[in-house]
Formats: sequence, structure tokens, C-alpha cells
Amino acid sequence: MSENQSKKILFIEDEPDLQRTMGEYFIRSGFNILKALDGEIGLNLAKKEMPDIILLDLILPKMDGFQVLAGLKNDPKTKNIPVIVLTNLEGTIDVEKALRLGATTYLVKANYDLSELVERIKQFIK
Amino acid sequence: MANLKNFINQFNVVGQCRRYRIDLWQCPTFLFLIMGLIIIVAMAATYFIARLYTSPEIVILLEATITSVLFIIGHLIVHGFDGLAKLNATMSDFISIASHQLRTPLTHLRWTIELLLEDKNFGATPKQLEHLAYINDNSKRMVTLVNDLLNVSRIERGSLILKPDSFSMEKLITDLINDFASTAQAHNISFETDIATNIPQTYADPDKIHEVLQNLIDNAIRYTPNKGNVLIKAEKKNGLVLVIIKDNGVGIPGEDYKKIFQKFFRSPNAIKYQTEGSGLGLFIARGIIKASGGRIGFISEEGLGTTFWFTLPIVKP
Repeated sequence: MSENQSKKILFIEDEPDLQRTMGEYFIRSGFNILKALDGEIGLNLAKKEMPDIILLDLILPKMDGFQVLAGLKNDPKTKNIPVIVLTNLEGTIDVEKALRLGATTYLVKANYDLSELVERIKQFIK
Repeated sequence: MANLKNFINQFNVVGQCRRYRIDLWQCPTFLFLIMGLIIIVAMAATYFIARLYTSPEIVILLEATITSVLFIIGHLIVHGFDGLAKLNATMSDFISIASHQLRTPLTHLRWTIELLLEDKNFGATPKQLEHLAYINDNSKRMVTLVNDLLNVSRIERGSLILKPDSFSMEKLITDLINDFASTAQAHNISFETDIATNIPQTYADPDKIHEVLQNLIDNAIRYTPNKGNVLIKAEKKNGLVLVIIKDNGVGIPGEDYKKIFQKFFRSPNAIKYQTEGSGLGLFIARGIIKASGGRIGFISEEGLGTTFWFTLPIVKP
């Protein structure tokens, strides 16, 4: 538990209900949570707060997930923060593009329990 | 005999086009046939007319007319192909969009129930918790169905998404056996594993191979009613990783061998032993293994049991 306490996770997800559900579970698991409801806020928050890991949806208002990803990887400050694309979209083009732009991995939300997500994130946060 | 039948069927153009459910005049195969016939008629007509009328103008006019007709038919053929390609793309888009739409509420369901079930202050009665667990299981079942739909569509197009990586087959098998522990117990099945110590890292998409193994183990359990044994073996063989799942269950009847990997095929044994399933598991398993550069097969004896096996590459090819 203690090793989670210093870890900051940024959720860039446009559905407030999902933000709340994920947030509640991750806080219970001992993480610090940052939330952004659109791509633009997400990118700015990432640059300002330098989270340990970013969970990024693809369908977002203002700036979509791909643009946020490109923005993060083009900035020397944020380019080393692991970014997990977390979405229910799974087009071949989407997956290839996300991985090509530098996403650490691509996870389909509906396929994972929250507890499984926490396990995956712990793996990547090292 | 079946091959001869298939060969003859290839010439049943009208039947083929009807099956594609497109208008005969938009069906490229039919149009090719018409074009062929016109060319033959044109050649014969040209010969006879050129013999009767020696003036070159008539012949030129005739050639020009026939060429125009052929050109129009050629255009219709290309148009037909274009329509089919567009339809293919639309279907693919439709399935992608549909699966995304279905997954969104399923995610909400799944995560909210998980939160509820893990909430120590929830204060539900055991009966209520049972009901919730039931909802949870069914929403996860729906998630699997949506994934199956996507996988089947992608396998048929040859566009399965794989994210290959090096992973430990031993860990995958061990984790799965833990997941299946309560189901196995409920069915009175005992697991046995035999994993070689020298087994190298497998190179494939771990999530997809997880799906394959899950399907095969699930089948092994289902088709072993009463007490039984499921053996899972993994070893290095001929520069590949070989995985074997052996059960001592009801086995597969000989007449079903050819159909076992077909989409939606459910053995009469399935109905006999009252198991549920969509009939897609083995079709998808084979699609995944083949796309990963491996092979899959089985040996079975009715009444004694079935052994499914598959191979996967070791290093990045």
C-alpha cells in the first residue's frame, strides 16, 4: 500500500461516471488521482503535474486521444511518462496508430476488472 | 465426389450471385459470363457480315458498336466490384462501431458491480450478493460475446489484431488454472500440469493465447461430466512451444471431426451433455493460432477423451 501512495495517475476520460468509478477504486487502492475531462485539459495537466502514469481514452472533446499522445511524446518533459490507452474502441487502425505514436500499451476497458487494471498499472509504473 | 460437385457449382453463376444477395446486373461473375458470350457472338457475326458485305465501312461500324457494348459491360463489372468492396468496408465499420457501442454500457455495469461487491460497508444479504454476482457473471459473458463477434469478423477478413510479445507460457497456464479452480471443483475435475523446465519464452500475443487456452480448458471441463482429469502439458519441441490439453471425457464422434473448427458448429454431444456455448470458441482459437504462426489440432476417441494441442513460435520470426 505504501508504495502506491506517492504514485500519481492522470485519467484523461470524457465520461464523468467512469471517471468517478475509476477514481474511487484507484483511491481505495492507494493512488493519487488527477482527472481531466477533455484532451486539452489533459495535456496541460500532464505537463503541469508530471504524473507517474497516464490513462488515456481516445474519444475526447477538444483534442482527441491521438493528438494528446502526440503532444505528450513531442514534449521532452512528458515524453517518458508511460501512457496506457484505455478505450472501448478497437479498430486495427486505432491500435496501430496508438502504438506507433508511443503508447506503452492499448487496453480495452470492457475486458478488465478494475482490480486487473490496477495490477497492469503497477507493472508499468516501475 | 464432393470436389466434383464443388467444381460444377463454380459454373452455377446465377446461384452464386443469388447467394451474395446482389442484383444479377451488379454481380461481376454474371457480367463476365455475359461479356464472354457477347465476344463469341460478335466474332461469329463479324465473320458472316464481312463475308456478305464487302464494304469496309459496314465492318468498321459493326466493330465500333461491339466495342462500345463491351466497354459498357466492362464498366458495369468494375462498378459491381466497387460496390462489393464498399459493402465489405461498411460491414467492417459497422462491427467496429457496434462493438464499441455495446462495450460502453458493459464497462459501466462491470466496474460498478465490482465497486459494490468490494465495498465493505455495502451491507447486502448473502442472497442479494448472490444476485449481484449473477449479474456480474452475465455482464462478463456479454463482454466475451462482443469480443467473439469482433474476433470472428476479423479472422474472416484476415485482419486479427495481435500485439506479440515475449511471455511465459508457464505463468499463463498457472494463472488460468487458478481462475478455473472453483469451476473445476464444481464439476469434480482435477487438474494436472506438466510443464517442462527448459521451456523458453513464447512469442505471441499473451491476451489472445490466454483466450485460446481458456477456450480449450473450458471445453475439456465441459465435456468431462462426472469425475475426471484434465492434463495440461507444455514443452519445447522442434524449436517451438507445444501445449497439450488432455481430458478423459466423452470424446468427439468421428463424423464431427471435419466440422469441429467450423463457426457455430456445436457437436450433438453438446446437446446430449447439456452444455452452453456459442460454437465460436474453436473457430476463434484456430484463427488466433494460425495468425500467430502456429498450428492447432486434436486427437480424440469417443468415450475415452480428447487431446487438443497447439504450437507457437519461440523467437521473433
